[in-house]
Amino acid sequence: MSEPISLSIDGTKISAKPGQTVLEAAEDAGIYIPRLCFMKGLKPAGSCRVCTVRINGRAAAACTQPAAADMFVENDTDELRRLRHNVIDMLFVEGNHFCMICEKSGACELQALAYRFGITAPKYPYLFPKRSLDASHPSILIDRNRCVLCGRCVRASKELDGKYVFDFVGRGRGKRLAVDAEHGLSGTDAAVADRAIGACPTGSLLVKRIGFTVPVGRRRFDREPIGSDVLKSPAGE
Amino acid sequence: MSTSRGPSVAAICESHRNDRFRLMDIVLDVQRSHGGIDGTALDAIAKALGIARVQVESVVSFYVFLTRRKTGTYVIRLCDDIIDDLKGAPEVAAALESELGIGFGETTEDGLFSLEYTSCIGMSDQAPAALVNDVVVTDLSPGSARELIRSLRAREPVRSTVASNLHLPGRVIFAELERGAALGKALAISPAEVIREIKTSRLRGRGGAGFPTGMKWEYTRAAQGAPRYLIANADEGEPGTFKDRVILTECPDLLFEGMTVGGYAVGAASGLLYLRAEYAYLRELLESVLEKRRQAGLLGKNVLGKAGFDFDIRIQMGAGAYICGEETALINSCEGLRGEPRTRPPFPVQEGYLGKPTCVNNVETLCCAARILEMGAGWFSAIGIQGSTGTKLLSLSGDCARPGVFEVPLGTSLREVFTICGAEDPIAVQVGGPSGQMVGPADFDRAISFDDLSTGGAVTVFGPGRDVLAIASKFMAFFVHESCGYCTPCRVGNVLLKERLDKILDGRGDASDLDYLKELGDTVKITSRCGLGQSSPHPVLTTLAKFRPEYERRLRPSSDGNNPGFDLETALAKARP
Repeated sequence: MSEPISLSIDGTKISAKPGQTVLEAAEDAGIYIPRLCFMKGLKPAGSCRVCTVRINGRAAAACTQPAAADMFVENDTDELRRLRHNVIDMLFVEGNHFCMICEKSGACELQALAYRFGITAPKYPYLFPKRSLDASHPSILIDRNRCVLCGRCVRASKELDGKYVFDFVGRGRGKRLAVDAEHGLSGTDAAVADRAIGACPTGSLLVKRIGFTVPVGRRRFDREPIGSDVLKSPAGE
Repeated sequence: MSTSRGPSVAAICESHRNDRFRLMDIVLDVQRSHGGIDGTALDAIAKALGIARVQVESVVSFYVFLTRRKTGTYVIRLCDDIIDDLKGAPEVAAALESELGIGFGETTEDGLFSLEYTSCIGMSDQAPAALVNDVVVTDLSPGSARELIRSLRAREPVRSTVASNLHLPGRVIFAELERGAALGKALAISPAEVIREIKTSRLRGRGGAGFPTGMKWEYTRAAQGAPRYLIANADEGEPGTFKDRVILTECPDLLFEGMTVGGYAVGAASGLLYLRAEYAYLRELLESVLEKRRQAGLLGKNVLGKAGFDFDIRIQMGAGAYICGEETALINSCEGLRGEPRTRPPFPVQEGYLGKPTCVNNVETLCCAARILEMGAGWFSAIGIQGSTGTKLLSLSGDCARPGVFEVPLGTSLREVFTICGAEDPIAVQVGGPSGQMVGPADFDRAISFDDLSTGGAVTVFGPGRDVLAIASKFMAFFVHESCGYCTPCRVGNVLLKERLDKILDGRGDASDLDYLKELGDTVKITSRCGLGQSSPHPVLTTLAKFRPEYERRLRPSSDGNNPGFDLETALAKARP
């Protein structure tokens, strides 16, 4: 079972190691598949749907789909770019995202995806939900206005920190991030060093008092578009 | 402090052996005896089960029959399905509000009544209907609703008024069954031969997807891992569907016989019947049938004397979530988790309930399987048409003279269906519920089958004067309510689809809105993670395809080049003090 698997992405032949997903195999080959809820080292969730690809014609999330022999994967097509654009638009109008006043600006994956897709304003109407803020913890802030429900903090807390600080409550449009205490994050064992806090792709989980240590303009996605690291450094080259 | 009506939370957990996989049973018991699951109860459950409090909260907040706040002694849940609406539910709602002096979502000050709306409760043939705790009351009028409240105030017991409405029993499901007849024949041959018999019959799943049952059984049997499980999906939540209700009432023995046959075929030692919360009133009957079967040697150790074949069945209650009809969400729910679908692969036949190979079949499918073993694959496949063998139960409701359940051979045309249920001059028919399709007169000669008009059972008839766009909007509200929220397109896209559809209904739409709806609907359909999201745009997409003039006649051409959907006065009104 250790034979490499051969598949094609947009006509390029690549090989995958057994057990790899389509997204991981693509990444090793220097092919970027846009993603948001995926984070290296965490069990993939397939929830944001930004990494939607077509495999032998069928739509699937690249982050959860195991690579298999002779798969014909479509990634960078007009149709898929449009679908991903629409999904990213949905994430913007679902929450309250005001990049100009957000201290995560320039380091936010949602914002960076929007730039990569050329989104200047979403095509859908804003839903302006009423969402809550939790500043109870001395060093960590939760701003649910900026939460995209990717679940990275939920998974990182369990899988990397060995804790159970976060989970989702409610369902549908009422789904929201909750903490393991009646009265806010200060009632949990969350700590600044938790991998869960750094796992947030947006400005929903923030460490207090360090927001502008790196000035705007010199941040990760100010320097280069999201995905550049994948495109630049295919494994084994 | 509120006085509890029953055992302590700790005692309830203990009665379920503090087993976290039985969290659904635990929270349902706490809800019943304490009227709600408050913060203290969350803590107590988490402590007893050794799990995080937020994990318990996560589950409790997912299901609509579970609440954090304390509900009234009587929780009245009025069905807000489209058929209920058309049959007078709004007037019933007004009567309930005025009689109780509260609105929906509220509880009376004396703590006696809570009033809620709920999704389809499987009573569209006798709408308007409501649940009073577990008891179903049907054919409500404003008068009978007021009467109901008065008798509850007088502490008189409320009586179920469910009618069977089985109008056309057929040969497969509703023929007489001698208890054990099908099972005896199955146990006389090998499991592989049972599977071959099902494959020869060409039986396909009756829940809507139409997957070949024999193949599913074969995959489960071939999968590595033990023990294996067989689950009957009785989470019939598709609005307008109520055929499983009639099976569970009229011939539960046939279902249990089919489950036992299936258990033998796939090599399972236990079966689960996942019963939707709305059908809790059937539980006592079903438990008594199970007990009779145990006493008759049809369940338990060495079933029917077959050495080495042990099989028993447990009933797992749901708690109000349409998504749990999706098989992986159903399995999560059985394990005491949120009813969110799982990532596939692995498929349930490989890793299902408790990580073991699991076969999930629809109630009607299992009944067919039992009959196939009793009567033979050839007998079964002679009924119906090529590719769609056997009969199908149809749940007929809406504008027809005889709403109820009809067992017809697959391949029956819609027009024939109209004749048997007395639908005079339908203008539109919803086939397969909101997740199916809305068809018009041009499609009435098409046949009910897997390869033409596929349906899990619902056929909802709309007569002259009904507004297909208003119906579509109602269906979209259903999906907004029932989306689990796991993936972006279903969670957000359905809200956006409804917003734009309502804009058109409101007379504020322009031509560009139709392209917008098509593009948005396609995005949700293609990118959603599970069958719910992949079919949730159907009310919009199928009416756009079949009833486009209904959209076009409401569009407002822009006279001045400005967006006709924007009304300055309305927009300003929000900002005015």
